[in-house]
Amino acid sequence: MEICDLTAAELGRKIKSGEIGVREAAEAFLDRTDKTDKTVHAYLTIDRKSVEKRADEVQEKIRSGEYDSPLAGVPAAVKDNICTRGLKTTCASRILENFVPTYSAEAVSRLENAGTVILGKTNMDEFAMGSTTETSAFGPTRNPWDTDHVPGGSSGGSCAAVSSGECAYALGSDTGGSIREPSSYCGVTGIKPTYGTVSRYGLIAYGSSLDQIGPIAKTVEDCAAVLDIISSHDPKDSTSTERSYGFSKSLSDDVRGLKIGIPGDYFTEGLDPEVAKAVTDAVDVLKQKGADVEKFDLGYVKYAIPAYYTIADAEASSNLERFDGIKYGYRTKDCEGLHQLYKKSRSEGFGEEVKRRIMLGSFVLSSGYYDAYYLKALKVKALIRKAWDRAFEKYDVVAAPAAPSTAPKIGESLSDPMKMYLSDIYTVSVNLAGLPGLAVPCGQDSKGLPVGIQFIGNCFGEDKILRAGYAFQKEYPYRAPHLTEKEAR
Amino acid sequence: MSKEYETVIGLEVHVELASRTKIFCGCSTAFGAAPNTHVCPVCTGMPGSLPVLNKKVLEYAMAVGIATNCRINRYSRFDRKNYFYPDNPQNYQISQLYLPICHDGFVEIDTASGKKRIGIHEIHMEEDAGKLIHDEWEDCTLVDYNRSGVPLIEIVSEPDMRTSDEVIAYLEKLRMIIQYLGASDCKLQEGSMRADVNLSVREAGTEKMGTRTEMKNINSFKAIMHAIEGERKRQTERLEDGLTVTQETRRWDDNKESSKAMRSKEDAQDYRYFPDPDLPPVLISDEWIAKLKDAQPEMQEEKMERYQKEFLLPASDAAILTSNKHLADIFEETAAFCGEPREAANWLITEGMRLCRETEVDADGMRFSPANLSKLIKLIAGGTINRTTAKSVFEEIFRRDADPEKYVAEHDLKTVNDEDGLKKVITEILNENPQSVSDYRSGKQKAMGFLVGQTMRAMGKKADPQSVNRILKEELEKA
Repeated sequence: MEICDLTAAELGRKIKSGEIGVREAAEAFLDRTDKTDKTVHAYLTIDRKSVEKRADEVQEKIRSGEYDSPLAGVPAAVKDNICTRGLKTTCASRILENFVPTYSAEAVSRLENAGTVILGKTNMDEFAMGSTTETSAFGPTRNPWDTDHVPGGSSGGSCAAVSSGECAYALGSDTGGSIREPSSYCGVTGIKPTYGTVSRYGLIAYGSSLDQIGPIAKTVEDCAAVLDIISSHDPKDSTSTERSYGFSKSLSDDVRGLKIGIPGDYFTEGLDPEVAKAVTDAVDVLKQKGADVEKFDLGYVKYAIPAYYTIADAEASSNLERFDGIKYGYRTKDCEGLHQLYKKSRSEGFGEEVKRRIMLGSFVLSSGYYDAYYLKALKVKALIRKAWDRAFEKYDVVAAPAAPSTAPKIGESLSDPMKMYLSDIYTVSVNLAGLPGLAVPCGQDSKGLPVGIQFIGNCFGEDKILRAGYAFQKEYPYRAPHLTEKEAR
Repeated sequence: MSKEYETVIGLEVHVELASRTKIFCGCSTAFGAAPNTHVCPVCTGMPGSLPVLNKKVLEYAMAVGIATNCRINRYSRFDRKNYFYPDNPQNYQISQLYLPICHDGFVEIDTASGKKRIGIHEIHMEEDAGKLIHDEWEDCTLVDYNRSGVPLIEIVSEPDMRTSDEVIAYLEKLRMIIQYLGASDCKLQEGSMRADVNLSVREAGTEKMGTRTEMKNINSFKAIMHAIEGERKRQTERLEDGLTVTQETRRWDDNKESSKAMRSKEDAQDYRYFPDPDLPPVLISDEWIAKLKDAQPEMQEEKMERYQKEFLLPASDAAILTSNKHLADIFEETAAFCGEPREAANWLITEGMRLCRETEVDADGMRFSPANLSKLIKLIAGGTINRTTAKSVFEEIFRRDADPEKYVAEHDLKTVNDEDGLKKVITEILNENPQSVSDYRSGKQKAMGFLVGQTMRAMGKKADPQSVNRILKEELEKA
C-alpha cells in the first residue's frame, strides 16, 4: 500500500517503528500533490522547503523521544482560515492575499507540539462563507471523486486533500456544516466537536458563537486521534471549556443498547432519495449490530436555516470589520480620504458572497431591525437547543444525513444562493445548539458520488457518536476515489 | 421681560483604571512608552485573536460601583459597538450597553444650600482606543496602539446637576472616591479622567427637558466650568431669541472660549450594538460582592472622623488632609514617623498647600517622602533649627525631597545658642540704633520687633528667636 493511502493512525505506527521515515512520508504526500493538485486544487499554499526542514527536525525529535504522540511525524494540511505562524493565511480572500500571521492558532501549536508536519494551507469558501468552495477568490477546488463536481464547503480544500491522498489528515472549521457537508461530498470522515472543545484562538472568525475547529481524515479512529491532540481548555479563548478528553479511548466496536434516534422530519421533501436510502441502510447496519433505533420528530427544522444565517451573518458583519486596509491586508491603489480608503479596499477586497453576508448581517443588527431579526433569531436558537435537549433525553445519538444530496456540479450553486443555503439544513442546527456532529461515509449514489451519514451527540457526548461511527466503519471501511487513474495525468 | 431659565446637566465620565495590564490582553498599560511597544495580536485586532477579560478590571469597576452606592448586576455582559475609525483596530469597541456591571447609585455632594444627591445611572466597562498622530512633515497619520485596550469605566450620571459648581463638586467627589479606592489616579491632564457634558436649558418650573447638547472630552476643571457657562449662555440666548436648540455634539475650545458643532443627531451613527460572542456573560456571586465590600478602604468621611478623634485635629484641618488620598497618606505616615500629628498637619496644610498653589500642582504633586518631613519636625522640636529656617528647609523637601538633616548640616543652619556671642551682637545692634532704643524705652513696643529683625539678620537667621527676645529685653532694661 502506498504511504498516501494509509490511515493517519497506520502511518503514525509505521513512523514510530521506523519502517517509514518522516521525510519519506512528507515527500510521498508532496509527490501525490504534484500529481493531483493541478486538477483538484485543494491547496492554496505549500512551502516545500520548510516542510523538508521540518520533517528532519521532527524525525530527530521522535528519535530523542520528545515527540511521542501516536501521530508524530504524520503530515497534515490546515484550512486557510487557521493562523499558521510565518505561513500565509488568506481565508481564500483577496483582502488577506498576502497576510502572514505572527502567531499560530492554538490548535496548530498543539499539532506542532505533537510532532505534526504541516504540509500547507487548504482552499475554502472565502471566509468560510459558502457550501461548495466556489466562493474562494483563488478558484474552486474540485471533488476527487468526480472533478466536475464541487467538494462541498467551506472546508472543501481540506476534505479534497484527504480524499485524494494529498495529506494524511487535515484541520477544517465548521460554523454551519463546513466540516460535515464537504466530508460527506468527498467520502471522508469529519467531526465538529462540541462548542468550546477546541480553542478558537487563531481561527479567523466567521460566526464566533458557532465556529469550531475539527479534524478531517479517512477514518473515525484518525479523527479521534487528532481530536485528542487539538482539544484543550485554552485560557486565551474565553469560550473554551474544561471537559473530559481522551476521545480515542471511547472507540469500540460495540453498539449494543446504544439508543439511536432518527428525526423523521429530516426525511422529507428536498432529501435526495438515494441519500435517504444510503443513510437508512447505514442505520440498519448499526441496528443489526445491536443498537436500538427509533424514529422521532425533532421540530423547528424549517426555522434553523433563517436563524442560522441571521446569527452567523450578524457576527460576521462585525468580525470582518477589522479588514479595512489600514493595518494589514489589501489596500486599494488609489483613493482620497479615509472614507474612500475603507470603501474601496473593502469593495475590491471582498467577494460577492462575503459582501452579501456582511450586508445581511449589518441589516439585522441595525437599529429598528435588531429586535425583529437578530433577537428573534436568538430566541429561535434557544428553542432549537430545547428541541435537541428533548431528543437527548431519549437517545444517545441522533443519526441523519449530512447533506440533502451528493455533491452538485461546479457552477450549479453559485447562481442561486438560497439553494446553496438550503443545503445546510441538516447541519446548522447542530451549531446553533453547540452539539458535536460526526460525518462518516456510508455509501454512493448512482453517479458514484459519496454519501455521508451524520451522527449527532449531546454536548460533550463525542464518545457516543465516535462509537457509532467507529462501529459502522468496521462494516463499511474507508474507500478512496480512483482519481489517480481517471483524473490526474 | 426675560424669563427665568434652569440649566440641566448630566455627565459621562471616563476613568482609566489602574490595572497593570489591559482589559482583554496581558499588555502593559504604562503611560508614555515608545509607540506600539505595548501591543499584541489582541489589542491590535489581528485576525483570529480573542479577548479575555482581566479580572482586576472587573473588581475595580465593582469597587467603584459599591463606593457609589450602585447595584451590581449579578449577570452582566459585553457588547460590541461597531464603528470604523483607524484608532479602533477591530473597528468595534467592546463595551457594555444592555447589561452594564453597575447601575442606580448616587454620590452626595456639598452645595451652597446643603447636601445634594447626584444619581448615577450606570457604570460600565469598556476598552480605550489607540491614538492617532498626524505627522505634519510627512503629511500622513500614524497610529499608536499602546492605549488600545486600556481599561476604562464610564460613569453615567443622572441629569441631576444644575450649576457648574455642582458639576465640579460631583467630579471632585468621584475623583476622590476613585483615588481612595486606588482604582485610578484620575489625572485629567493625562486623560486618565475625561468628562463629556450633556447640557440643556429649560424654563424654570417646567418639567419637560430641553434639547440637550453634548460636549466631549474636556480636560480640566477650569475648562469644564467655562464650557458649561458658555453653553448655558448660548442655549439661553437661542431660546430667548425664539430659536431652537439642535441635538448635537459640540467641541469646546478653551482657548477661544467657544464651542463648535461636530455632528448632529441626524448624522448620528448606528452602532449596531450586539452581545460580544467572544466573551461569556460575567456572573457575580453575592459572596464576591461581600468580599469586595469588606476590602473597601477607609473612605474620606471615616478618615475625617478618625483624624478628629485620634489626632485631635480640628474638623477643618481633617477635611483638607482627607480631601486627597495622597495627601492623607503622607500625613498619616509622617505622623506615625514623628509622633506629632498636629505638627505634621500644620506643615502640610500651610506650607505644603501654599507651595502647591505657587507651583500650580494639586496635592498629588507632593512627591516627597514622609520620612523627610518627619525628620524636619524632629529638628524643630529638638531646637536644632528655628521655624524660619525650617520653612526654607521645607521648601527644599517639597522641591526635591531633600534630607533635612543633611541639608541643615551642609548649609550650616543650626540654631546658634552661644549666649555670649549673641550678647555681643545685641550690644552692637543697640549701639547702632539709638533711636529704636529710646523709642522702646518710651513705650513703643514696635521698636522691639525692628531690633529682633536686625539681630536675626546679623545672625544669619540661625539664632533661636526666644533667646534673642530674652537677651534683647534684658539689655534694654539694663540701662
